[in-house]
Amino acid sequence: MAATTLPSLSLGPVLYLWDGPKWRDFYFRIADEAPVAHVVIGETVCSKRLHFIEPHVGEVVERLERAGKTVSLTSLALVTLERESQIVRALARDSTHPVEANDLSALGLLAGKPHSVGPLINVYNGATARLLASRGATSICLPPELPMASVREIVRDAPGVAFEIFAFGRIPLAISARCAHARSKGLVKDNCQFICGDDPDGLVVETLDRQPFLALNGVQTMSHTCQALIQELPELAAAGISRIRLSPQDCDMVSVARTFDDAIAGRSAPADAIARLEAAYPGTSLSNGFHYAQQGAAWIAGHAST
Amino acid sequence: MELICPAGTPAAFREAVDAGADAVYCGFRDETNARNFPGLNFSRDELKAAIAYARQHGTMTFVAINTFMRAGREKLWHEAVDDAVRLGGDAVILADFGLMAYTAERYPEQRLHVSVQASAANADAVNFLVETFRAKRVVLPRILTIPDIARLAKQIRCEIEVFVFGGLCVMAEGRCSLSSYATGKSPNMNGVCSPASHVRYREDGRELVSELGEYTINRFPAGEAAGYPTLCKGRFNVADERGYAFEDPVSLDVMDHVDLLREAGVSALKIEGRQRGKAYVAEVVSVMRRALAANAADRPALISRLRLLSEGQRTTSGAYEKRWR
Repeated sequence: MAATTLPSLSLGPVLYLWDGPKWRDFYFRIADEAPVAHVVIGETVCSKRLHFIEPHVGEVVERLERAGKTVSLTSLALVTLERESQIVRALARDSTHPVEANDLSALGLLAGKPHSVGPLINVYNGATARLLASRGATSICLPPELPMASVREIVRDAPGVAFEIFAFGRIPLAISARCAHARSKGLVKDNCQFICGDDPDGLVVETLDRQPFLALNGVQTMSHTCQALIQELPELAAAGISRIRLSPQDCDMVSVARTFDDAIAGRSAPADAIARLEAAYPGTSLSNGFHYAQQGAAWIAGHAST
Repeated sequence: MELICPAGTPAAFREAVDAGADAVYCGFRDETNARNFPGLNFSRDELKAAIAYARQHGTMTFVAINTFMRAGREKLWHEAVDDAVRLGGDAVILADFGLMAYTAERYPEQRLHVSVQASAANADAVNFLVETFRAKRVVLPRILTIPDIARLAKQIRCEIEVFVFGGLCVMAEGRCSLSSYATGKSPNMNGVCSPASHVRYREDGRELVSELGEYTINRFPAGEAAGYPTLCKGRFNVADERGYAFEDPVSLDVMDHVDLLREAGVSALKIEGRQRGKAYVAEVVSVMRRALAANAADRPALISRLRLLSEGQRTTSGAYEKRWR
């Protein structure tokens, strides 16, 4: 078999509301210590949160670039207000860094410019990937719910695009105009008091039988489990995946990045890598079911899918 | 404003036509449409006959092919478009960009509507689809207020269709993997949400428990009517508070705001419910037809009659009113 190029690591945007200094310090440590090649920064989930990180974006970008990492900026996932449209237009027009589109307005506005496509855009087949590539998309992070059979087919069907897989982190499952997070604390979205900032790793939703199920993150609903495609890395590399995305949790992300780096390079066995992830993110439960066309919450131990 | 009515069966289709629908929307009996439920939807022959019946009565037929093409199985979706066009569908309702590109290229004359599943919620998004695929109409996701819609209408170059009655998605449509997280089957890939194949009811003491996959979605004490375990309308615990974390088991009803929607620039009102029986479709369509034609004094009585059809469920105007957020 021909040698495959090993995928590089990318770090997705922080999906939670972290206060400005925490957010900045997180990226400073990533710049200094994490073996990731690409970093996507910015607010994806809620436009109301933007002012928390804005004062720190400049210094974070500079620190990351000085460390040799490529930086891109995410667009908002949900754009309904005029103010939000203006934010996306300004980003698409003025950004000196590549933009990652996470809603259709950004996709439209970025046409003709090199850009990337985030995991919240529905790319379920090669035809869609080719269409986006023809409009300037150079990399596409595929939706987390895609099974490996689809991933393999899309990569084969859209040569020339760098494909990325959502390999670590709570899975973004849904987004709503309504803020369930604010409601859970007796508030409404328009007067939310930034209550989601109290839960920097999400707020767990349990079933009435006390089974952890989902996690609230502002207007976004995430999985309770943490996606962990790590034993699947050889298979993903063989299929031609270019990048492995790690989505920040409020845990030791440097350790997570090193674990993935070692696993990609073949320096650690899958069982060892899984144990290291569990140590870096204590109390988490891992899942990989989507990859195997099972329920996303499932954990399938063992080896490659068919 | 046009009245766009659902049909999951040929019988419901005829009822909708007879009751005065301007257009009926329906889909093929496979995973190409977002109501891929057992026993529903149309064969090619059934669609051909339905379209012929609609034509005789001056009614349009919209064919929903609004799931996302499975990589490697695109032919199934391409054939659905080919056949919808060949059989004379007045519009195809699409969500997948790859399929929109196929349709725009092969059938430049075919009227293309953007499905709610495409999640085009703002002017730049809609204009992108209009420019790229010559979309003629967008079905808006249920995440906008009426003032949002009015502002949008002024900035886009296509018609607007909105849901006004029936099931209510709490999450932005086309961007929800909650169902596949719990069951492996999703609206985007399989055309199902919280599928019956994964639903189980069990008794636990005096409570009836509804489950989806391995998860409890609700518990009903004796005397409380048990509802279907649609994931986003379940009862959960959040920080020790027990309740409907996302939305109560309500359905959508914005008939009180019809005049505002018209003023906002909406071209068509859509009724959800392809999974509903023909009697329901007939009643909802005919009452709504009369409600739309009625003057302001007569309309409330018709609207309250419509409410009785929500199967005893409470209704909400959802995101159309800002306070819902």
